Amino acid sequence: MSCCIMLLRRPTGRATARQEMLTPLTKRYILEVLFPRSLGGLTRALLALFAGLCLTGQAAAQMDFSGEWTAVPAQANVENPQIGEYAGLPMNDEALRRAEIWDPAIESLPVWQCRPQTGASIKLGPSALRISKLIDGSSRELVAFQAEWLRSGGVPIYLDGRPHPPGHAAHSWGGFSTGVWIGDMLKVTTTHLKEGYYRRNGVPQSDRAELTEYLIRRRFRGKDYLTWVVIANDPVYLTEPLVRSGEYRLDPARSLEPYPCALVKPVNGSDDLVPSYPPGANEQIHNFADGYGLPRRIVADGAATMYPEFRAVLAEGQTGTQAPAVGVVQP
Amino acid sequence: MRRHYTTLAALGLAVTCGAWSDAAGAQQARAGGAAQLDFWPVRGNVYMLAGAGGNVTASVGSDGVLLVDTGTAEASDAVAAALSRLQERLALAGRLDGVLDADAAIAAPPRFPNYTHAPVKPVRYVINTSARLDHSGANAALAAPRNGGAAAPVIAQENVLIRLVSGEAPFERLPTETFSSGEHVLGNAFNGDRIRLIHVPAAVTDGDTMVYFRAADIISTGDVFSMESFPVIDVNSGGSIDGVIRALNAILRLAIPEAYGEGGTLIVPGHGRLADSADVGYYRDMLTIIREQVRNAIDSGMTLDQIRVLRPTLGFEGRFGAESSGWTADMFLEAVYRSLREPLQ
Repeated sequence: MSCCIMLLRRPTGRATARQEMLTPLTKRYILEVLFPRSLGGLTRALLALFAGLCLTGQAAAQMDFSGEWTAVPAQANVENPQIGEYAGLPMNDEALRRAEIWDPAIESLPVWQCRPQTGASIKLGPSALRISKLIDGSSRELVAFQAEWLRSGGVPIYLDGRPHPPGHAAHSWGGFSTGVWIGDMLKVTTTHLKEGYYRRNGVPQSDRAELTEYLIRRRFRGKDYLTWVVIANDPVYLTEPLVRSGEYRLDPARSLEPYPCALVKPVNGSDDLVPSYPPGANEQIHNFADGYGLPRRIVADGAATMYPEFRAVLAEGQTGTQAPAVGVVQP
Repeated sequence: MRRHYTTLAALGLAVTCGAWSDAAGAQQARAGGAAQLDFWPVRGNVYMLAGAGGNVTASVGSDGVLLVDTGTAEASDAVAAALSRLQERLALAGRLDGVLDADAAIAAPPRFPNYTHAPVKPVRYVINTSARLDHSGANAALAAPRNGGAAAPVIAQENVLIRLVSGEAPFERLPTETFSSGEHVLGNAFNGDRIRLIHVPAAVTDGDTMVYFRAADIISTGDVFSMESFPVIDVNSGGSIDGVIRALNAILRLAIPEAYGEGGTLIVPGHGRLADSADVGYYRDMLTIIREQVRNAIDSGMTLDQIRVLRPTLGFEGRFGAESSGWTADMFLEAVYRSLREPLQ
């Protein structure tokens, strides 16, 4: 995965400057020595790939991600998803049941009023982002990037090689993150997340989810952009890895305001009152499918909805021939 | 042929290097995974140990050691060894040195490092959150007298003593001090902390106790809260789903988060990882939702078998249905059904 991203990405910044120092003849000489024409073309390509994989991991090339970033608006991070809008998520039956019985009124409980999004979803936007650098006072080395969003605390991404905590350590909303450089792209591993949501309509994310992330900074039409790719592996609620990304634009004029949260006691609050729908009783579950004229099976088909082949299923549904719903949700 | 083999070798090298880099990253990301048991610092003088059956909470300081639960008898040697290692590290750092002058807030350090530190201190108190073997099995081993000193008292709610005696438990496993009221406070501050024992009636059993370290702001809950499985409710020993939910709400009233609903008061569950009020909130919500579904089904006249078909625990089984631990989702569902059908008098 990491090598594919590296090869497909257009180099920018300091890497480009270094390449421009090599004359065409010098480049040709180096390539001829390392990968002589006596070898086949495929062999030369594989050797180049091998060299790239083994060397770029230790390369000194790094990128500065610090700054104030504004999330680029996109449908996925601006619009509030409808109940039942689960298309594109590889949910299993457990996740589907949790989403089906979810009542948004649960967010009014005092224990949840100040809860931010977890690391699995806040990186996708639309909150503004600030990334700071934590520098070792003695060595002046970069120890960590500290990321914080408008409605979250700081989440360090440690670059000093420290291990992750043991399994019985506490979990947090942002989790525990460490990063390694792949050229000027940062690969981040996040563990120890608290339970949260993959989507703001009740699709659950478990506290056993782990994230593999990639931070890529590039320049496009005179502006600096940050792409944050988040790949979630969740053995409790997902059948496949969930791959999503958020886009940010560098905005030096942006500032992150404080966001104090004061608890409000619910009017009809009771310790025994936890809002939820009984299974099968949530009449809104098919609103998304019915509203767009889609077959109702789209609610329960999970990972199949991520792939282009599912368009044939949608087309079949729109002609009036509906396949029976799978999972626990009944049409 | 030679070019073919060269190509294959190059391909193998590329795949190996890619796999190596990913594995190295994964290894870096994974936890230490040490085979031996070790205490993990929670806050201040309080530490927790996981993997001895139930979790063990320890207050370790200049006053000695206070243990909340002791784990299983089989793990007693491992727990004792972990406690010794912890105390030796703390002793070297001077963390077990008492303040000799009661009026001095801070003992002045000597000018020349020719001093020694106070030796490790014995276990002074053992508190049992319940009578269960995975929480009290090592009482005898860990409360035993050392170096000619006295054995540590084992404190528990009186129903623990009643259950153990009626179950013909060995004498050395029995608590030596019991309390019957809702709360019990240790007579003196211990390691700078005031410690409250809070009885939560009819939770997983009728003898459950939570321990609140007020200065460290830590609650050790015993089996009323677990990060590993559904609560192991023993209806025959006076447990009920209503009592468990009442206990969780009591924790939420006592706990104050630090920021954004997390941190602040830390919770050491009976099993599993260190938690906070948000984790207790999730657990409370889950049990309340399941209870309401079962209650509604009972009110509509359904039998247990019919309720099993509804699967009220679906959505939570993947996380808390610990099939491997012997307490399955179906066993939990039956316990909820029985405790709602047979309410305590």
